[in-house]
Amino acid sequence: MDWHFVFSQALTQAIGPTMLVYALAAIGLNLQFGYTGLLNFGQAAFAAMGAYGLAIGVVVLDLPFWWGIGLGLASAVVLALLLGIPTLRLRADYLAIVTIAAAEIVRRTARATGLSEYTGGSDGMRGFSEPFFAMNPYPSEATWTFLFASMDGGRLKLDFLLFDLQYSNRDLWVMTVGWVLVAFFLVLLGLLVRSPWGRVLKGIREDEEAVRSLGKNVFAYKMQALVIGGLIGAVAGFLFALSRANVQPDTFITDFTFYLYVIIILGGAARLFGPVLGAALFWFLYSFLSQGLNQGIRSGAIPEDWLSATQVGPLVFFLVGLSMVLLLIYRPQGILGDRRELTLDVR
Amino acid sequence: MSDSEEAVTAEEQPSTVPAGIAAARAALADVPAEPGVPKLDPILNATGVRRAFGGLVAVDVAHLEVQRGAITALIGPNGAGKTTFFNLLTGFDRPNRGEWVFDGRRADRMRSYQVARAGMVRTFQLTKALTRMTVMDNMLIGAADQVGEGFWAGLVHPLWKRQEAANREKALVLLERFKLIDKRDDYAGELSGGQRKLLEMARALMLNPRMVMLDEPMAGVNPALKQSLLEHIKDLREEGMTVLFVEHDMDMVHEIADWVAVMAAGELITEGTPDQISADRRVIDAYLGAHHDAAER
Amino acid sequence: MSAAFAGLLLGLGVNSSAGAQEALGVHGTLEDQQDQPVAGVTITVADASGTEIAAVESGADGAWAVELDAEGTYVVTLDESTLPDGLLVRNGRPQLEVEVSSNRAVLFPLDTQLAEGVEPQQPGDDATDAGGESDSPEEETSDADTEDGEQLGAIEDEGGSTRAISLLVSGLHFGLMIALAAVGLSMVFGTTGLTNFAHGDLITFGGVMALMFNVAFGLPVWVAAILAVALGGAFGWAQDFGLWAPLRRKGIGLISMMIISIGLALLIRFATLFFFGGQRERYNEYVGQKPWDLGWLVIAPKEVVTGIIALVVCVAVALALLFTRLGKATRAVADNPALAESTGIDVNQVIRLVWTIGGALAAMSGVFLSISDGVKFDMGQHLLLLVFAAVVLGGLGTAFGAFIGSMLIGVFVQMSTLVIAPELKYVGALAVLIIIMLTRPQGILGRRERIG
Repeated sequence: MDWHFVFSQALTQAIGPTMLVYALAAIGLNLQFGYTGLLNFGQAAFAAMGAYGLAIGVVVLDLPFWWGIGLGLASAVVLALLLGIPTLRLRADYLAIVTIAAAEIVRRTARATGLSEYTGGSDGMRGFSEPFFAMNPYPSEATWTFLFASMDGGRLKLDFLLFDLQYSNRDLWVMTVGWVLVAFFLVLLGLLVRSPWGRVLKGIREDEEAVRSLGKNVFAYKMQALVIGGLIGAVAGFLFALSRANVQPDTFITDFTFYLYVIIILGGAARLFGPVLGAALFWFLYSFLSQGLNQGIRSGAIPEDWLSATQVGPLVFFLVGLSMVLLLIYRPQGILGDRRELTLDVR
Repeated sequence: MSDSEEAVTAEEQPSTVPAGIAAARAALADVPAEPGVPKLDPILNATGVRRAFGGLVAVDVAHLEVQRGAITALIGPNGAGKTTFFNLLTGFDRPNRGEWVFDGRRADRMRSYQVARAGMVRTFQLTKALTRMTVMDNMLIGAADQVGEGFWAGLVHPLWKRQEAANREKALVLLERFKLIDKRDDYAGELSGGQRKLLEMARALMLNPRMVMLDEPMAGVNPALKQSLLEHIKDLREEGMTVLFVEHDMDMVHEIADWVAVMAAGELITEGTPDQISADRRVIDAYLGAHHDAAER
Repeated sequence: MSAAFAGLLLGLGVNSSAGAQEALGVHGTLEDQQDQPVAGVTITVADASGTEIAAVESGADGAWAVELDAEGTYVVTLDESTLPDGLLVRNGRPQLEVEVSSNRAVLFPLDTQLAEGVEPQQPGDDATDAGGESDSPEEETSDADTEDGEQLGAIEDEGGSTRAISLLVSGLHFGLMIALAAVGLSMVFGTTGLTNFAHGDLITFGGVMALMFNVAFGLPVWVAAILAVALGGAFGWAQDFGLWAPLRRKGIGLISMMIISIGLALLIRFATLFFFGGQRERYNEYVGQKPWDLGWLVIAPKEVVTGIIALVVCVAVALALLFTRLGKATRAVADNPALAESTGIDVNQVIRLVWTIGGALAAMSGVFLSISDGVKFDMGQHLLLLVFAAVVLGGLGTAFGAFIGSMLIGVFVQMSTLVIAPELKYVGALAVLIIIMLTRPQGILGRRERIG
């Protein structure tokens, strides 16, 4: 059994492009759910707004790349307003149901055959990422070696003996942009949640009527949180689309949002670094388990009649579900959470 | 101030009576005890307030004026509509009809947060401490007009740090007064029920309200804290604030209220000084009747 | 690995395909009979000894590629279960042995039917089934479905009014199926305040259990159905006993519980996928049942039977709520738990009962839907949103409202295909949900919530 391979894969994923997409989307959701208490179950729809806004803008409307980015952001704002205006005055679970329904509407509309002229149907769209990769500063044919790092035809390899990390030059570009974005949004949110503005959000999470009785326009704050979180979700959507050089409707299934919740709870809701830590851990564990089990089956360590290769995925996601339940019951504050909060009544 | 002197002697108060109570009692001394009676200087003036749930009329108050600077109690049997009326006045519920003026401004179309900003701040029957925030943060969130509560301004620390420091000073003074100073860095969820009531009141004062609306301030408070809460409420009057509170406990009403309004079945059935009210046959009937009804159900 | 699961991996963005500029390997492009690319299909490559080397998915352009380290003989397999419904490998050979000495192209011709004289390797999916269920609501729900043109064609060809009647009837039937699930969801919400995201998986549970009894144990479908409903009730009971009741005792908040229910939904769904696989399975009876042709309506007898049973059960539940002691207690708890408790009602016992009945009804819904459309591990997940829509439409927490809401949603979903593309009919229903939220959040029957 190739432990080197398993660890390398898991660690490569833990800081890789996909993890960054999840981390970004979770940062946005953390503002909504963690700090403000908004149950947005449609973060997938906001990511889809970003991804499809960019793709449709560039491919269908023939706009320049940055206009496509603008279109994606604008669509996310429009979606937030559409969902927020009717529901933010209602009970919390109404927003949950409406956002989850909206996410399904977006996905099913995007994959509809009748609209495939504009959305590419279930096959999705491509051909919008060239301007992004044209900006790629990492050369595609560099070859050098420096200590433990080596570059071979644009493929970076960091060899740490016990494991190695390998990324193509495209991955490196996506990761550079992704980590810069993560850092940017963490700084932004760090400033925001430590400001009086953030204090009002936390107050709303605890008891919105109390905050209302203190003269704060709760609806406006909730709307701001929904819009900003949605915008960060749309940025995650850009990165998702660009990292894979295509958009596909089924990327934005409801489970996408559910995994974001797992990530947030894992890292600790309303913890600034929670989403990043949670996403890294989620992807490490996910890759570690699936690669480990696959390796186990392949090497014969796990008998085929116990577990077949096709059952690995379901088993891993089963464990995701299980850990979500157990975390919320036994460690609702997450790994970064404050133990003191355990003694308080958690809603 | 000869009027007030007379009023005090009429009430046979000791000569060391504080100015606030003296002024309040004086202003209400000549007001006849009847529902909807006009006051000398009303801070709140409500007319024709009606709220029905389905077919059930919860509140139907023809007219009520609340005297500025006085402590007014709103009493009545269970289900009389006191809390609903409270919610209507503070914008937490919408009336079917009715209008009221608070401190010279129409308030019946205001949203709850606008009512609070206009200077009428409420507390809740079940305290609403923000449990996973510190006591200090609970206080600071109450501060009015903090520019840092805007999204863009919030990003720029220099814009709001001086105001924050001033608010912190003010909060410390209030916490000292409400004996919560040692708890300032604890989570509000760690406070006892009575301490939460105190915190809620202190937090309301961060807004510099002109009128404080207390919904059953004594509910669930142990006897030891009760007395200190009463003193705090009296202090509000001395600082020139108007207090309207919902209460069941007649002893407490007697001790601190300058004026009492009685509701039954959604309507205002009578008003008067505490002495007048406890002698009023209709009030006793209303309470007994309610008990009678409850027993039948 | 199922198609839906493949989609899920896509959703996670797992990068399984590496760059393929190397000289050695196998590659190809999957296209259907109309030369449209087919995405998300899993292709596995194994060496001569059968050890799997790589599994990749076709991209949006239908392309797939696997790099290989050494020349030699490899077995390339197209996983037919990951094909969009209706598509097959035309020559019936989804597994090819290829000699690789360069970057070699491997061709899998895809079509909706097998070429003549070819034995299917797997029983075909829904495409060959009888007309009575061609409009069945589940068809569009599977993630892998693309367009079911031919299947819907059967009804499309009929005259306008006949088609409207067919859709109305199938809408009523669908509504009853939703209602079975919605009443339980609504009662759980009413008594505990929990928005249970795992309720859809109780539906799947019923379908899967009946399948187990029917196919694995060889019992007739009606026996399997009864056992599945009983097990569904037991499952509901066990969930409350083992999870929800302890959580309530622990004082865990409603929002935490809602998220726990999401975890539970994932857990049940993937356990089902683990044990049962991702394909759509059918019971061994009533498949392709000969429909009754009434002239103005063509309907399969099974639809009539399941519809009537569902209606009777719904009416029975309604009567029980209205007239039995436990029913009244249930309504009292939904109305005001504290008050109910003080009048001597054992609130926890009532909630346990609600969970049991909710589980049984959801299981029944799952069994009946499966009789029409077959069982799939994610069938309940797709139905859940419609169940939510029905419950919200009727007013959260009222069983009667949930029933009316379900019927409206069922009919709306089916009838809307008169105007909009069938693939968008769920979109229409969900849009209605949002519009209801906007205009009448208390539902059509609910009362406006009292504040304070």
